[in-house]
Amino acid sequence: MAAEANAQTSAQAVRRPIAETLRTVFGPLVQLLLFVIGSAIALSLLVILLSLVQLGARPDLLTRTLTILPQVLIDGLVRGFLFSTIALGYTMVYGVLEFINFAHGEIFMVGGVTGAAVGLFLASVGLLEGMNPLFFVLLVVLIGMIVSGTLAVTVERIAYRPLRGAPRLVPLISAIGVSLVLQDVVRLIMTNSPLGFNARYQSPDFGPPIRLFEMTLGDRPVPIIISPKALVFITAAVIMLIVLNYLVNATRLGKAIRATAQDMSTASLMGINVNRIITLTFLIGGALGGAAGALFGLNVGTVNPYMGFIPGLKAFTAAVLGGIGNITGAMVGGLVLGFLEAFVASYLSLFTNGALSGAAYADIAAFSILILILIFRPSGLLGESTTQKV
Amino acid sequence: MATMSPPTNLWEQVKATLSRGPTGYSFLGLYAAICTWLLLTNPRTSLNTDIAFALFLLLLLLIYRSQVALGFKVVLGGLMLFVVLPIFGTLNPFYIDVATQAGIFVALALGLNVVVGFAGLLDLGYVAFFAVGAYLWGIMSTEQMTLMNPAWSPVPPIMFYPFILLGLIVGATFGVLLGLPVLRLRGDYLAIVTLGFGEVIRVLANNLDRPINITNGSQGIRGIERPPLIFADFVRNTLGLNLDDQQLYQQFFYFAVLLIVMLTVVVVSRLKHSRIGRAWEAIREDETAAIAQGIPLVRTKLLAFAVGASFAGAMGVIFASKQLFINPPTFDLIRSINILAMVILGGMGSIPGVMLGAVLVTMLDLQILPRLATVLRDLQRAGAPIPAAFDPTQYQRLFFGLLLILMMIFRPTGILPDERRKEELVEDQVVDLPLDDGEVDSGEPPPPTQAPPGSGPIA
Repeated sequence: MAAEANAQTSAQAVRRPIAETLRTVFGPLVQLLLFVIGSAIALSLLVILLSLVQLGARPDLLTRTLTILPQVLIDGLVRGFLFSTIALGYTMVYGVLEFINFAHGEIFMVGGVTGAAVGLFLASVGLLEGMNPLFFVLLVVLIGMIVSGTLAVTVERIAYRPLRGAPRLVPLISAIGVSLVLQDVVRLIMTNSPLGFNARYQSPDFGPPIRLFEMTLGDRPVPIIISPKALVFITAAVIMLIVLNYLVNATRLGKAIRATAQDMSTASLMGINVNRIITLTFLIGGALGGAAGALFGLNVGTVNPYMGFIPGLKAFTAAVLGGIGNITGAMVGGLVLGFLEAFVASYLSLFTNGALSGAAYADIAAFSILILILIFRPSGLLGESTTQKV
Repeated sequence: MATMSPPTNLWEQVKATLSRGPTGYSFLGLYAAICTWLLLTNPRTSLNTDIAFALFLLLLLLIYRSQVALGFKVVLGGLMLFVVLPIFGTLNPFYIDVATQAGIFVALALGLNVVVGFAGLLDLGYVAFFAVGAYLWGIMSTEQMTLMNPAWSPVPPIMFYPFILLGLIVGATFGVLLGLPVLRLRGDYLAIVTLGFGEVIRVLANNLDRPINITNGSQGIRGIERPPLIFADFVRNTLGLNLDDQQLYQQFFYFAVLLIVMLTVVVVSRLKHSRIGRAWEAIREDETAAIAQGIPLVRTKLLAFAVGASFAGAMGVIFASKQLFINPPTFDLIRSINILAMVILGGMGSIPGVMLGAVLVTMLDLQILPRLATVLRDLQRAGAPIPAAFDPTQYQRLFFGLLLILMMIFRPTGILPDERRKEELVEDQVVDLPLDDGEVDSGEPPPPTQAPPGSGPIA
């Protein structure tokens, strides 16, 4: 970055009005909100339409469709924010290095395992019972961020930096190796500690599920509930996205990151320490992944060493869906993919009368979307088309 | 692994003496005789036999690397592979099974090498094509046919032979089907899409037992047919060997795989030096320049994909028939990574290298890791501080992951690098330019990969 002596004066010289800062920070969030509402409405209309088509054969289908709809939407939001927070790590690293950090799913997993370990430790010293749930969330997120961020930076230092400038496949293969090694090292640690392979994520009591409202469909009222943990997850994810947006779009550090992503050699000529920016990118992406892991593990209740692999792949799909290298795109892609998956998982078996299991085919849906996107719009939903660098 | 040693003077002299001239012939002949004697007198599965078996494999490598007359190499190598190993196999069924398994993976690795090594397309879902071939024979030859439709019945076992060909065709078809949409993408996208495809095939195999039972889901398919032993009478009466059916099947699959591997090597090396092979190499080195030279990009890539996939499809048929049982976890991601590790360990693009890599990785999987596990267990019993839950055979990911990272950092060209890539390296050293086109000037010293420690003997 520029000489520190000038920092004070130049920061004042380029200080932007608050309104503009707010716009750069919240603009992407408004876009995100529009996409969320849009995809939720579009998918809801689609399933309602599908149930109306089949109405003649199965009269109760419409009621059943409507009964589970709000729950599916909430599930979609949770999945969506999960993919978004992981996809940010992929997209930031890709933006700067044009390199798929294959091991990012494992960074997420390490965050989850760390959270479970913290829970176990607190339970073993007897502090867990009386702890304020929000304080507990803050604690696991913070520790998860530190551990995962440090791990991401270490991995970059050991396995990626020596390969910078090598042909593209070389760092990618190394990243696959890192992913496998992390899975098995964590497994080794977990199976030799009180955690065990499938570790229970202990947490203080978050209270009963929150009743949002009641729908009256047919003869009986259907309560719409959201678990407090899911609510915490969604809130925390939104806060993280806002902070990241501020960091990238409204600070000098963010400017340096964007400059490095645009043109690394020119950025280094402008006095930006490219290596430091790359380290910081891995740190931020890793910390986000770790926080997502800690929160997601809390939400699900168990963690295991292989839990990061499939979400990692899907988050990559989300990053591509939104336009890889584009931060808002990663969030949008994650949410759209989350909704799609939640709908497929819940409605596929309903519409095929139980012939196809939705949970299994949700994975196939995600990868089919990846292939379709890459065929028809390789630059993603929000990406600009790029020309190949020679 | 003679090339790994530092090229000291004494070593060079010994190598030169032993690899050509009368000393070379007598050395190889003597070594072969000792190996044969060791193998045939140690028929039990033990550490000693493991060592003898490893020496036997080293002999094959030495025969290949030595500079004796080609005829001598062929005769000695053929004698070892076609006579000594099968006879040893009648004494000990385990090692011939290892050899067959290694052969299957050699053929698979050679197929993946066409995609990754020649054309430079990273395929992380290669095992999907293998699964397609295996399920093709698994479904068609068993009761699954009747389960799908009561009017259908399984094909007779003799159809195994045409099905190898059919597996080839079906594999190639799937390769083209997957390749058509995704081959316009840049290399790293391709890696993820193929990985996703591999997962899709596995999930499908796992779930296609409803609404119609096609794959029998997670229970897998049992009782897959083997081809009838049409040569049993010949072996028993004419050759006078008294072998039971089990042994005959082992011999049959060993010879079948050996022949297919030889055929594959011929096809792949002819392809490599053909016009298409050079086009693949051009694409691998620089896509934009290759297009400028008039190479049809998508068609050429598609061909690489189809060729690689067709080998996997054909081997899948043989694998299913040999194993008698297949289920979805047989074809998970770690198997793809396994094959990729073979290609990378041996040297991307180098045919002998990939074969060596496949044999080494299979040995690691089937012999070295289980052996290590027993050693660790003994040590643990003796009181060494080794975690109780650590069983090396269960930590394949760790070993293969480390292998991939270390190879990429220290020797990305592999153990036996490709000749043409080596030439590039030498040329670069003469004109004193870095090997890689330093697209990114990050102020780092050039990666240590430019002068692999074993590249000394080239000059």
